[in-house]
Order: sequence, then C-alpha cells, then structure tokens
Amino acid sequence: MPAVQETVDQVRSLDVDQYKYGFFTEIETDKAPKGLTEDTVRFISAKKNEPEWMLEWRLEAFRRWQTMREPDWARVSYPPIDYQDLYYYSAPKRPSQLSIDDIDPEILATYEKLGIPLRERDALLGIESGATKVAVDAVFDSVSVATTFKEELARAGVIFMPISEAVREHPELVRKYLGSVVPVTDNYFATLNSAVFSDGSFVYVPKGVRCPMELSTYFRINERNTGQFERTLIIADEGAYVSYLEGCTAPMRDENQLHAAVVELVALDDAEIKYSTVQNWYPGDKDGKGGIYNFVTKRGDCRGDRSKISWTQVETGSAITWKYPSCILRGDDSQGEFYSIAISNGRQQVDSGTKMIHLGKNTSSRIISKGIAAGYSDNTYRGLVSAHRKATGARNFTNCDSLLIGDKCGAHTVPYIESKNSSAQFEHEATTSKISDDQLFYCRQRGLDPEEATALIVNGFVKDVLQQLPMEFAVEAQKLIAVSLEGSVG
Amino acid sequence: MALLDIENLHAKIDGEHGKEILKGLSLKVNPGEVHAIMGPNGSGKSTLSYILAGKEDYEVTDGTVTLEGEDLLEMEIDERAAKGVFLAFQYPVEVPGVATMTFLRAALNAQRKKRGEAEISTPDFLRLVREKAGHLGINQDMLKRGVNVGFSGGEKKRAEILQMAVLEPKLCVLDETDSGLDIDALKVVSEGVNALRSPDRAMIVITHYQRLLNHIVPDFVHVMNQGRIVRSGGKELALELEANGYAEYQQDAA
Ligand SMILES: Nc1ncnc2c1ncn2[C@@H]1O[C@H](COP(=O)(O)OP(=O)(O)O)[C@@H](O)[C@H]1O
Ligand SMILES: [Mg+2]
Repeated sequence: MPAVQETVDQVRSLDVDQYKYGFFTEIETDKAPKGLTEDTVRFISAKKNEPEWMLEWRLEAFRRWQTMREPDWARVSYPPIDYQDLYYYSAPKRPSQLSIDDIDPEILATYEKLGIPLRERDALLGIESGATKVAVDAVFDSVSVATTFKEELARAGVIFMPISEAVREHPELVRKYLGSVVPVTDNYFATLNSAVFSDGSFVYVPKGVRCPMELSTYFRINERNTGQFERTLIIADEGAYVSYLEGCTAPMRDENQLHAAVVELVALDDAEIKYSTVQNWYPGDKDGKGGIYNFVTKRGDCRGDRSKISWTQVETGSAITWKYPSCILRGDDSQGEFYSIAISNGRQQVDSGTKMIHLGKNTSSRIISKGIAAGYSDNTYRGLVSAHRKATGARNFTNCDSLLIGDKCGAHTVPYIESKNSSAQFEHEATTSKISDDQLFYCRQRGLDPEEATALIVNGFVKDVLQQLPMEFAVEAQKLIAVSLEGSVG
Repeated sequence: MALLDIENLHAKIDGEHGKEILKGLSLKVNPGEVHAIMGPNGSGKSTLSYILAGKEDYEVTDGTVTLEGEDLLEMEIDERAAKGVFLAFQYPVEVPGVATMTFLRAALNAQRKKRGEAEISTPDFLRLVREKAGHLGINQDMLKRGVNVGFSGGEKKRAEILQMAVLEPKLCVLDETDSGLDIDALKVVSEGVNALRSPDRAMIVITHYQRLLNHIVPDFVHVMNQGRIVRSGGKELALELEANGYAEYQQDAA
C-alpha cells in the first residue's frame, strides 16, 4: 500500500521540525480590543452586520456565561485561563468573501502551503488528476475567507456558506436550528462560544438531495493570543445525505491558544450526515510549552426516524483535547456512530470520547475508539451510553482499545452506562496493549527502522477506524499518525 | 572472503547477572553454502540466530562477527537486514491489522531505500509476490490477513519463507523452520527454501531433528552444545546423530 510508504517518507522529511504547519503568516488584521465584555460581543456582532435577534442571542449567552464555572471533571490539567487576556476577534484587513482575487495573496499562499486549494480552478485540476471533488470553506482566525464550488452546490439546492452570511441570508433556517442541539446554556465553553463565535460553516441540504460533493472546512488559527470560536451548523432535511470534512492547523507558539468550537448536526427523517475530522492543531513542544487548548462541543441530533449520524475523528494535535462528539438518537430506528483515533505524544493530554443518548425505539449505536499514548502523554476515553425509558430495543456496541508506546504515558477508559429500559442491549469491549519489543524486533529484522516499524504497527492498530474515512483523508491521517509519533521510540 | 565470519564469539544475557550462553563459537560461511546447526535444546542455537540479527537482549563479551568483511555487531538491526541478513523466526510474531502484503512491501521498500535503490513499482511488486506465493501455496486471502494473525503453525512458516523469497537476502538463518510442520507442509517449505539456494546466497539451517535435512541437504553439519560448536562434518554427520542422538556430546561437555 503506497500510503505506508508515504508515511515513511513523511517521517523522514520531518526530521527537524515535526510540526510542518507551524509557520505564521504576516498579514494586516483587524482586531477587537483585548478582553471580554458586553462591548466585545457587540463589536463582533456589528463587524458581522448581524440582525438584532442575533445580537440578543449572543448577549443572553454572554450573561449566562458570566454566572458559570469552568468544568474540572476531565482528566486534564492546565494553568487557569485568563479570559480577559485574549483577543476574541481577528480578521484579515482585506474584505473577504467577495471574490478569490480580493483575498490577501499571503492567505492564499498559506492555504496553498497547507495543501488546500481555494481557487476552484486549482481544485478542478485536482479532479483531473484523479482526486475527488471537495468544496472548501476556509476559516482564517475569526473569518471565513473563501468558499469554493458555491454555484455548483447552489444548483443542487445545497446551501454551503460561512455562518455569518447565513445569519443574514437564511435567518429563518439559522433561527430555527442554531442552539437547538447544543443549547446556549449547555456547558461553559459552548456558552462562551455562543457569545463570541465569529465564523464557521453553515450547511443545509434540502429534502431528498444527496450532496454532489464532499464539503470541507479548513480552520487555521494565525494571530497571537487569539481565541478561535467557530460555529458549525449542518442540517440534512428529510432523505438528504451529506459528508463533511474538517481539518485544522495553527502556527507554533510558546503560549497556549484557546479553541472552543461548537458543531451542531441535525438529521431529519431518513437523512444521513457523515462528519469527519482530522484535528492537527499545534500540540506544543516536547516539554509541553505552547499548543492549542481544544475545548469543543460537538453534537448530532438524529431528530427524524431512520436518520443516521456518524462521527469519525483523528485527533493528533492540541496540547489539551476536551471533546465528546455525541449523538442524540431521538427518532425511532435512528443510528449513531463514533469512530475515533486519538493519539497523544510528548506532554499532550487527551480526554475524549462520545455520548450516545438513546431516546427513540430500536435505536442503535456503535463506538470504536482507538487511543494511542506515547511519550509522557495521558490519553483518556470517556464515554456515556444511555437508554431512556421509552428506548425499547436500543442497542449499543462499544469497542475501546488503547495502545501504549513506552512506559511514561497513561491510558484510561471511563465508560458510563445508564439504562432505564430493560430491553436495551449494551455490549462493551476494552483492551489495553503495548507495542511489544518482539513486534519491533520482528519489523526491524525485515528492514524497517524503529519509527517506520512503530508507524506500521500503529496503522495496523487503527485500521478499523481509518477505513471509515474518505480515501484522501485516510491517507492524510496515516501520514499524521507517523508524524505525531515521531520521537516516541528509541 | 567469507560471507559470514564468526570468531570466538562469547555472549551473555544482557544485564548484570546475565548468564553466558555462547562460549567461544567460531564459524565461517561462504556464499553458496548451506550449513546445518544441530544440537540439543538449550545449547544456544536460537541465541546465535538472534545475535546475528541484532536482538538487544544479549551482550557480546568477546569475539567478532563480520559480514563481507564489515563488523556486523556494530550495525543496527534494520541495517543488517538491508545488508542481506534474514532470520526466519522459530516463533513468527503477529502484527494485527497490517496485511501481509502491506508488510512485505513496506519491508522491501525500506531495505531498497537503505541500499539507495528505487522503490519497487506496484505492478512489479504484485507480480513478484504472486509468483513467489504461488510456489508456497499461499493464496490471496492469506496475503490480505494481518501478519501471522490467525495463521496455523504451517502457514506461519510458509509466510516466513515467502518473506525470505521476496526480500532476497544474502544470508538466510532458519531457526527450527521444521518445528510444528506435518510431512506435507515440510515438503512445501523445503522446496521453497531449496528454490532459493544459489551461488551468491548462504544459509544457516538450525534444527533439532535430522528429518529436515533429508529435504534441505546441507553442505556442512555442525553440532552445537553448551554454546560452542563441538563437531563439524559433511551431511553424513546428520545421519550419525540421528542414529546415536546427542548423548555423546552432552557427556563430553559435562
Ligand atoms: N532472553 C533470555 N533470557 C534468559 N535466558 C535465555 C534467554 N535466551 C536464551 N536463554 C537461555 O539460554 C540457553 C540457550 O537457549 P537457546 O538459544 O534458545 O537454545 P536452543 O535454541 O539451542 O534451544 C537456554 O538455557 C535458555 O534458557
Ligand atoms: Mg531454539
């Protein structure tokens, strides 16, 4: 398989600087004053030309947030965050979203470096060389800078645009669904996001439409001391289907940066949403200096009967990951899936997992989680599977495997199961293993160096999840796995 | 120049109180030769094979080993592999989730890269594996399964020989390749090994039983006991051992 070879090449080429996305782009920006007050919220809302209802929604969230406390139940530790010492809005000075030629060439160059084609022409060249067509929305710090293939999507009736635009152009859809899955009051970080979110993607796939291409958003944090609070809302109307990919990177910085996103998915009757993430935020250096704090709330609502939501995630970056993409299985016969690879190395801390909330009849869910811990990192799987009183015939299968590399890291599994319906069937499997010296010796005897051998063994360990990713993403993920494990052996 | 030259090799289990296992072993192997090493259990045969491959559980305390004149003991495990040292394991290791095909290709390309050769193209690789696998009775299904995962004893040994055939080493060390094989499997495996005999390739065939040597006929037979080679001869020595057992050597050593 060529991907393995690419994995190997990647490791080789990244000898020195293992985080290749760690560059910073010099551009002029427009910022809100530092700190967070009602005025900051008003500033952001005004920058976005938002209608009054949106501002009110934000202010309500902000007032609520002031009464809340930061959660401390996750198995992560970090110094207190000074929320007044951050910028909450930063935008490239040139106007965005007019036409590709108005975008600052520096930003275009940044995305090119990241391998994300923003010009449709370039993307089309990609197709000719055999790649799948992917529409991209690129978010640079606080704003969306380009959305490709907009017209082609519009012909299919699919709305794919920055959420800031959707607020103005499709207020009826946004008002109906925003906060309907993750309520404003949900949790500390989600409430903060509701107050200050600056941009993100909005997707609406109408009844019976199969979205003609993969949709993708690429998030980039560039500015120093700037929190990124993006908001994504995806609605698949009755019988619709959409596959959505999300990728993220940030420059290398000594100080920590806050990322608190909210993603809401709504699937109506017979609709299906497949959401894949390759999260590669800067993880900090080997001593744990710098890196992104990733406090994210992702939740999908299988609101309609026979609807299906599937989360696939590859988590390799961030200093701290606090993330539990979940499914509310409200419709009868609805299905939820969670496939996860979470890798931690160096001083990274990962506390991630999922919640499957079975409310409807004959709902089913499946959880496959692969945690890999190396270096001095800590990797926790935290999961909740619950069946409501009315969830007759609910079924869940959970398989949760951890792999340890070296003996200075830790893996923990914290599964919660709650069943209020006696017909629910929940199955849970969990294993913890180590890469054995015998495996390494065997691979090395065949010619693989220690890092190649480790990458190969780990790729084998995560195979079940990689198979769930769209092809290009799987290749990307395989490379990332090798890179993020660099320096974990020997 | 000999392909492999082992002189007065002493080795112990790594660690402060590790016991000495090889106690002055010498052996020269020229290209094209097949050497059998026989001896009772615990005499140090597997230890010798591991030390040649570079396993880190042992410490060499005296003596030298050279491969084509170069100091083998100084080389990393994977470097030795790229230079042509192949060990067919007595107990092949499982690598779950990594298809045998993927593993073979990763190994072959890693070795080629270390030798400064270009990667093999996909069609060439597929052709190569298909041909070699066919001779060993290995089907596509087995190539798609995880390395050694759920393989029977015989399948594991055949898979080892397939790897050897694809990697085309200069020095093949086969550790108890006959153990756990029934007579039919033994024949298939031996034919696979014999097909690889060539004037530029040498083999060290480690076995406890003479039976294997009816199929893989060696040029030389060595008897090992308590960490040394205590007797060497031609292929007829194996027959003598079969008739008389190892008792006489074990007494000598005692
Ligand atoms: N890693 C090890 N740790 C402890 N003892 C070992 C180890 N490897 C080999 N030995 C011991 O060394 C001796 C030789 O073993 P081995 O090389 O496996 O012999 P053979 O292959 O001839 O049966 C045995 O007494 C064995 O128990
Ligand atoms: Mg042995």
